[in-house]
Amino acid sequence: MKYPYFPGCTLYTKAKKLDDAGRECSLKLGFELDELKDWTCCGATFPLVNDQHITMSGPTRILADTKDQGNDKLVTLCSVCFNVLKRTNYVMLNDEERRSKVTDFIERDYHGEVEVLHYLQLLRDEIGFDVLKEKVVKPLEGLKVACYYGCLLLRPVKEIGLDSMEDPTIFEDFVRALGGEPIEFPYKVECCGAFQTVHSMDTATRCSREILNSAKNCGADLVITTCPLCQFNLDDRQPEIQKSDPGFSSIPIVYFTQLLALALDLSAEDLGFERNLIDPLPLLKEKGVIA
Amino acid sequence: MKTVISRSQVKGDFVSKVAEISGENFFNCYQCGNCSAGCPSVDEMDLLPSQVVRYLQLGLEDEVKNCKSMWVCAACMMCYARCPKGVDISKIMEALRVLRLREVGAEGHIDVTDFSDDYLARAPQIAMISGYRKFLPL
Repeated sequence: MKYPYFPGCTLYTKAKKLDDAGRECSLKLGFELDELKDWTCCGATFPLVNDQHITMSGPTRILADTKDQGNDKLVTLCSVCFNVLKRTNYVMLNDEERRSKVTDFIERDYHGEVEVLHYLQLLRDEIGFDVLKEKVVKPLEGLKVACYYGCLLLRPVKEIGLDSMEDPTIFEDFVRALGGEPIEFPYKVECCGAFQTVHSMDTATRCSREILNSAKNCGADLVITTCPLCQFNLDDRQPEIQKSDPGFSSIPIVYFTQLLALALDLSAEDLGFERNLIDPLPLLKEKGVIA
Repeated sequence: MKTVISRSQVKGDFVSKVAEISGENFFNCYQCGNCSAGCPSVDEMDLLPSQVVRYLQLGLEDEVKNCKSMWVCAACMMCYARCPKGVDISKIMEALRVLRLREVGAEGHIDVTDFSDDYLARAPQIAMISGYRKFLPL
């Protein structure tokens, strides 16, 4: 089974390991991510004002290309791309005036025909977590995982519709299927500070500290995420957190596809952990996840 | 401090423009404060999100225009998710930002070349693009 796939800019560069592991794992699970031809950037942020249409032309063109290449679904791995494409498609389906302004401008015929799916959603709804569980080669026994959702995978719930806004379970169900132990922590749907990291860095540092302390206080060994921006903030803000809080102990932040790859027995050497600021390998060795 | 509230202010051009481009009706807000309780950026804000909406209801243009809050909002949408009246404050904050950004023009936006090479080598481009599109330097 082939699923049309939109990697997005960051997954080609800074978050290559999120992409690589996702593609490798799909083959092990019996499906293939078929990269969309001639894709462009999704715009990286959905326009939140109603008089800004131009920034929807990129994501709309991507969706129209998906349709014209004979597909009715589009899979993404990055939470940001997922949010932008999904929200744009919501406009295409529900706002005739804005839809026609954008599609007239880019000279394309598109009415919201493509369903945007996140990889996690694909695993849950198309493959099934029960099937995933059967395919696991190395269950992540004894590994306590904090499933960090952040904002863009869930909100706004009316337009995204992936899971409950306050108490989602898709990520925990995923970790259970891998044989790991998801831990509950109060900050799992809080914001990491997002793009404030290039503007009000103190906000990103403080938000990250609160999330990481919450996860650690609830017993997490590591944190998983679907978002390159969350991964960056939670990982790279840790030295700064340590400066103001010397008692802070670091915790590794890994992509969910990297954890999936470990459970499917792909080699840890190929998973790009060298790019992590906080190296997850000592923990993974200690927990017996890798030799 | 004495604050004068007038009908002309409440119906003023600026406030009407914010309502128009955000698509939000400020008067749906009954000031419960759920947005401010859930907002991750309140530590850096001068006006709470609920106060921004209150000031817009009262047409206090200058107070809202000059607030820092819109610039430290991370558009995480927690305010909207928890609003019992369905007011999307992330859209209101964006409206306040874009009106200012349009006044200032492209030169006023943050400049990614101000960051160190080490930082740029690690920061994902999604942060750069969003930062450039949403912010003026603090």
